[in-house]
Amino acid sequence: MKTTSALDRRGLSDDHLRELFRTMLLQRQLDNRGFQLNRQGKVPFALGSEGHEALQAGAALAFERGKDILAPYYRDLGLCLGVGMTPYEIMLSIFARAADHNGGRQFPNHYSSKKLGILSFSSILAAHIPHAVGAAYAIVYRAEKGRAVLCTCGDGTTSEGEWHESVNFASVHRLPIVFLVENNLWAISTPIEKQMAQPEIWKRAAGYGIPGKRFDGFDPVETYACVKEALERARSGGGPTLLEGVCYRFLAHSTDDNDMTYRTKDEVTENRKSDPVPRFEAQLVEAGVLSEEEASAMKRAVLQETNDATDRAEAMPFPSATDLYENIYEGAWQPWQ
Amino acid sequence: MAMTTSEKTASSQTMNNVEAVRATLYEALKNDDRVVILGEDVGARGNVFLITKDFIDEFGPTRVIDTPIAEASIVGIAVGMAMEGLRPIAEIQFADFIYPSFNQIVGEAAKTRYRSNGEYTCPLVIRTPYGGGVRGALSHSVSIEALFYHVPGLKIVAPAFPADVKGLLNAAIDDPDPVLFLEHKKTYRLIKGDVPNGHYTIPIGKANVLKEGSQLSVVSYGLYVHWALEAAQSLEAEGVSVEVIDLRSIRPMDRSAILQSVEKTRKLLVIHEDNKFGGIGAEISAMVAEEALFSLDAPIRRLCAPDVPAMGYAETLEHEFMSSPAKMAATMRDLARF
Repeated sequence: MKTTSALDRRGLSDDHLRELFRTMLLQRQLDNRGFQLNRQGKVPFALGSEGHEALQAGAALAFERGKDILAPYYRDLGLCLGVGMTPYEIMLSIFARAADHNGGRQFPNHYSSKKLGILSFSSILAAHIPHAVGAAYAIVYRAEKGRAVLCTCGDGTTSEGEWHESVNFASVHRLPIVFLVENNLWAISTPIEKQMAQPEIWKRAAGYGIPGKRFDGFDPVETYACVKEALERARSGGGPTLLEGVCYRFLAHSTDDNDMTYRTKDEVTENRKSDPVPRFEAQLVEAGVLSEEEASAMKRAVLQETNDATDRAEAMPFPSATDLYENIYEGAWQPWQ
Repeated sequence: MAMTTSEKTASSQTMNNVEAVRATLYEALKNDDRVVILGEDVGARGNVFLITKDFIDEFGPTRVIDTPIAEASIVGIAVGMAMEGLRPIAEIQFADFIYPSFNQIVGEAAKTRYRSNGEYTCPLVIRTPYGGGVRGALSHSVSIEALFYHVPGLKIVAPAFPADVKGLLNAAIDDPDPVLFLEHKKTYRLIKGDVPNGHYTIPIGKANVLKEGSQLSVVSYGLYVHWALEAAQSLEAEGVSVEVIDLRSIRPMDRSAILQSVEKTRKLLVIHEDNKFGGIGAEISAMVAEEALFSLDAPIRRLCAPDVPAMGYAETLEHEFMSSPAKMAATMRDLARF
């Protein structure tokens, strides 16, 4: 169990530290809202990201909005929030409404936004990693200075062949990309020891001839510092980095999963003791960045924001049935011409 | 750059299919900075059929990319390039090697526009040599079109003549959506023809009536369209009049060209090198049965490969798998007499 240690702010201002905490709170609130809406019968499915808050808020703070490209995966609610997606957009995704970025086509948490630089991705694990590498290639090809790609995935995804193929290609071409593995120790029901014989993913970096680093993914400031260092290396022509942030998945994989069929309540409870959200709150209060009253006010504001986003998105219309036939190809489409 | 040509005129040049692919790719690299070529051995080696020979010297390794041997990521990286504004032309060295990239083609490229509701697109060309009759054995001979033509979001072309190769490859490169560009490898050097100079496109989804006829319609594509034409011409002497349609595009497919022909001849024979079950002929037959059953004077016929996993390396096994102009002529004769 990790104990609360004193805050090492790594040069971050009070405002940045509060922003980190706020993003973490918002992620948790929205994340839980998805599960609640599912249990209320209002949405058919939701994906959880509890336990990833520190990792994602920290990584998002290192991301340069308007410049960098994000290639996320389906557990990156907080990361997408942190780079500029709004709670309303998150709820549109959960409710599958017409105004959602992908028009209610994709599962919740499969965000994309050209404006924010978030690439579109599917549910197929590792399929987005080569896309991120292709995007990084395009950056170099057009000689665009100071841009990089932040590409995330879970630990289970590193078992896929395309993960290896992509990291290898990026390393050969020294592309401006950071591969950030959010290692929550579980690939749905399969524990890390059944995914890999050598459980420290960052060590694979040596095999590709690139830098690698492992850090505490429950620490948002540490995450920020590691991702920032790697992104700056990428932006300045230093090539790719493999980062591994270690966290834990507190919830089941999704609303359709029951994690008590493959892991124990004791294990989850034990990891909950290191929950990054209260841990970071305690650090901020102790360091005088936030008073207990301010922390409570922030929680109330985040709840209100989540409620407003929920109500607003729920009131929006579903896509019309004829939307099914749109955007298959450019222009109208028939298989027979 | 000097193109290898056997003849030159002011408005066209005679070239084979390999030369047509090469000339078109060269022009694309020259005319559009967004175009990059990536694949196995496309750079220093200049592709195993020498299609991209010397390109790397003129356009550099950033635009002509020798990739690691990893087909899934060749297509996947090209998808990412396309999403970020480049115009990648990915090469799969042999169609038989395309299976590792199946998800990137079917699950990713073909669904990028759809799943992002038009926010992201995937203007990507995937070129690959396919087909047999070259002693290519199990893993250098396959036809893959039926595995992909089921997939909305993807376009598939399979030109047979050099002029169509150029026009359709230009159309594929210009296309805002992913196109699987199939090149029959036996036609690469076997088939020569006049190719107009300058940039032109042939619309994807348009068939070509190669020979008009009155007694039956033959629909084919790729190598077999040449053999079907040869067979149809040989039957002229017997007074059998066969119409031959070159599909050129497999998805979308030219419905009206097929129906117009069948309404006229009242008989349909589909010929393809791929095996029959679930092949391209199945969809054409179903469509004609739905749309023009009462125009037919005979059951629809399909002349296809036997339902076996692949042609073998041994000459006898390849020969048994492949059709021939003589077998095609026999089937045409038989159907004409029905």
